[in-house]
Amino acid sequence: MVDAALSPHATLALNSARLRRALRADQIFQRLTFCCALLVLVIFAGIIWALVDGALPAIRAFGFAFLWTEVWNPVTERFGGLAPIAGTLITSFLAMLVAIPVGIGIAIFLTEICPRPLRRPIGIAIELLAGIPSIIYGIWGLFVLAPMLQQSVMPPVIDAFAGIPVLSSLFAGPPYGIGIFTAALILSIMTIPFISAITRDVFETVPPVLKEAAYGLGATTWEVLWNVVLPYTRGGVVGGIMLALGRALGETMAVTFVIGNAHRISASLFAPGTTISAAIANEFTEAIGELYLPALVELGLVLFFVTFCVLALAQYMLYRLEQRAGGRS
Amino acid sequence: MNQGRYLRRRIRNLVFLSLSVLATGFGLAWLVAVLGTLLYEGFSGLNFQLFAEMTPPPGEDGGLLNAIVGSLMMNLIAVAVGTPIGILAGTYLAEYGRYSRVAFVIRFVNDILLSAPSIVLGLFIYVAVVLPMGHFSAWAGAAVLGTIVIPVVVRTTENMLLLIPNTLREAGVALGAPRWHVIRHITWRAAQAGIVTGALLAIARISGETAPLLFTALNNQFWSLDPNAPIASLPVVIFQFAISPYEDWQRLAWSGALLITLAVLALSITARLLESPQERK
Repeated sequence: MVDAALSPHATLALNSARLRRALRADQIFQRLTFCCALLVLVIFAGIIWALVDGALPAIRAFGFAFLWTEVWNPVTERFGGLAPIAGTLITSFLAMLVAIPVGIGIAIFLTEICPRPLRRPIGIAIELLAGIPSIIYGIWGLFVLAPMLQQSVMPPVIDAFAGIPVLSSLFAGPPYGIGIFTAALILSIMTIPFISAITRDVFETVPPVLKEAAYGLGATTWEVLWNVVLPYTRGGVVGGIMLALGRALGETMAVTFVIGNAHRISASLFAPGTTISAAIANEFTEAIGELYLPALVELGLVLFFVTFCVLALAQYMLYRLEQRAGGRS
Repeated sequence: MNQGRYLRRRIRNLVFLSLSVLATGFGLAWLVAVLGTLLYEGFSGLNFQLFAEMTPPPGEDGGLLNAIVGSLMMNLIAVAVGTPIGILAGTYLAEYGRYSRVAFVIRFVNDILLSAPSIVLGLFIYVAVVLPMGHFSAWAGAAVLGTIVIPVVVRTTENMLLLIPNTLREAGVALGAPRWHVIRHITWRAAQAGIVTGALLAIARISGETAPLLFTALNNQFWSLDPNAPIASLPVVIFQFAISPYEDWQRLAWSGALLITLAVLALSITARLLESPQERK
């Protein structure tokens, strides 16, 4: 080594110079990573700023009444967000109604019933399906599901419920094929793999000892699930569902194809409607005038606020489960 | 009486377990139907012409070349910018700020961004980039995709780095290596496969992203490589062609949809194969 030829004193000086350089580089690197991490916060702040800034003219013009006004008239520049907001909530709610039981059912099948050699392939298939872009579901909904519903599902349902008080207005014609019901169905098909993948992961955090103890007491598989697995994983399952709900609320392409884009609220689920994201996707590039664009941005602001609340709650619940699982091991 | 109770429990067990099998059948049937239709409708259009010709006006033959190139270009910019930022940010969370309060907030916000509606990100870039520039552009489209890439990469990088045992880091530090040497030469190297997985998943995620591109990159019927001009992208062309009344446009939309799905599946399968064995569930 070169250093060996120098006197001990010089070596020390040289080394401390090297040390200083190394520490300096260390500090620069740490600052660099910190700045990149801060960028995440900057993006988040930027989203809020951009949405508020973009929506300001509409907020000034309509105030809070925007949230419960149904008018959407680009010609007279009178805008209210009630129809898309209600459409978003209704389609997501209906989608969850189907996707939650089916998704959890698949998770139960995968963790308890499925023969071991099939578990991994089916599990992987479901995870892969959760990653398929939503536009694929949208195009399928438009060309396959909507015509099918229009021809063979909607007419008999409308006829069957014709005389019954509430149901007759809930399933009133004419059968367009597209509408709130179709959009909700597509959304649920999309969110099923998502829910089942998360729920399965959560189910697998249950310590085998707990389940074995219950089986040892003579419990049936269902009793183990209902009395041991579900209570243990409640927070995680609810967190996963909220995460899926967050996705469904903001989903754009799967819905835009089949919702019909009508700014009104009808009692019938078979009628066309709109959602926040579908309204933005359909109308944004055509929006002209002082208030049209700000009104659409304000819809985006409402959507961001709602999904933020849902996702924050989901994070909190999954975080609690993680704490518990981490504390145990 | 005990016998009857036992029977009831067994029956209930059977009923609910059969319901879960039915649920699996129901769920998988939809998904098979979607993929089956996609293969059936899209496969006939997968030919050389698809990759060699531009998007046609209605009624004429054509391909999707400009849309494919536009998508590739925006994905490339987004990944080239977003991945390093994401990796560095994830490194901060896992190595420097592991238990700090700032890291906790960043982690929370990052997870929100991970699932935030992409159309809202599109509005953000529209106000922040498109309006000041005065026109739609490939830059704006790439910016949206970049803001989608970053959270994905941050999350996977942090997860992967946290899997590296601390004894490895301590061994490096004990040899007198500065912190960033330890990170570069030990932890990053050990987590290499996982970090690449994250990048691949991010590409898979943005490949099918449509909504935010509608009003950032817009669309372009012609060949363009200018990042300052509006550009065609595969998902937007699929959307536009699918809702059109022309049959040959709709056929192209199906082929494009199949193309995207195959790309996304290939990416996620590669990512899965790369995962280290102990990471597998």
